[in-house]
Amino acid sequence: MPVTTSGSRSILICSGKGGVGKTTLTANLGIALARQGMRTAVLDADFGLRNLDLLLGLENRIVYTAQEVLSGNCRLDQALVKHKLEPNLALLPAGNPRMLEWLKPEDMQTIVGMLRDSFDIVLIDCPAGIEDGFKNAAGAAEEAIVITTPEVSAVRDADRVIGLLNTRGIKPIQLVLNRVRPKMMANQEMLAVDDVTDILALPLLGLVLEDEQVIVSTNRGEPLTLNGSSSPAAQAYNNIARRVCGEDVPLIDPAKVRRGLRAKIGRLMQTKIF
Amino acid sequence: MTLRDFINKLLGRQPASATTAKQRLQLVLAHDRSDLNPELLEQMRREILEVVSRYVEIDIEEGDVSLETEDRVTALVANLPIRRTKPLPPQENKAEGEAAGDVDPVWTASQA
Repeated sequence: MPVTTSGSRSILICSGKGGVGKTTLTANLGIALARQGMRTAVLDADFGLRNLDLLLGLENRIVYTAQEVLSGNCRLDQALVKHKLEPNLALLPAGNPRMLEWLKPEDMQTIVGMLRDSFDIVLIDCPAGIEDGFKNAAGAAEEAIVITTPEVSAVRDADRVIGLLNTRGIKPIQLVLNRVRPKMMANQEMLAVDDVTDILALPLLGLVLEDEQVIVSTNRGEPLTLNGSSSPAAQAYNNIARRVCGEDVPLIDPAKVRRGLRAKIGRLMQTKIF
Repeated sequence: MTLRDFINKLLGRQPASATTAKQRLQLVLAHDRSDLNPELLEQMRREILEVVSRYVEIDIEEGDVSLETEDRVTALVANLPIRRTKPLPPQENKAEGEAAGDVDPVWTASQA
């Protein structure tokens, strides 16, 4: 059993459904927390389809992985890949997909326990789905951030995951709503923020607007939070990092992002009349 | 209902898709969370109606038993219009009378 280092936190980042932004959030939140002075480790728990290395731009610097650490073939600090521009951040890469055959929840706990000994925050990038990969990752976390998009399939899958996290006693569980399109919300052609938080009954940790810069930054392997970008998504990730550290940062109101007459009419049309 | 939904209704248009999405999600999540399949729910509905109709005359056509979810709590909601109450079955009164008659002698015997 890993020794719990007092003050160190392990946070699972999960969604159930794939492609909603788990890895992007892990990369950006990791960098943002590191920039705030937190010693941050990001652990790629998606052994089947690892991508966190790619989003952080660290894919060419991997020598050892979690696999060699667990089998005793290298020390933890040999496997950790430090970010050159943000030395407070280190990645522990996922091992070979064949690890899935023998990896147990206890192995994950061992790894996370080791990371917690030398870092303030450990972010665990969870694989999609609710099978063994999810169970292994969830077994090693104390807190969770569930990320979803305002779409029926993503919200439904998030609900399943929240149910599983609740039964494991993981708390707090907080919600990040990703890929929000204010215009579609104003036209009521996208689930409203309140709809999603009502349905999932979780406190909202952050809202991330749909932002093309996310694609540009993943192309380059430079998370938006790394270079002080002022794009909407970068601001959202930075705010999430501040809230994770306990700062009280107000949420953006998607309705107020848009200005002008059309936006005003849109807001009027959302008035609840009965 | 929002102002937009109201106007759409007036004009005979479909409601905005967010409203539909929310309703569909609430329904599907109520079932996901309760882990009851539709057949089991239907069987439960029939049995509930059967038990209730032993005591009161209900309008089975209008009756509705469904799952509703709010704040991660799923509730079974039954809406059963009552036509009239039925008189209570008589055997219960009889059983009470017999018991009252028997108790006294036994009790005195054990005391002696």
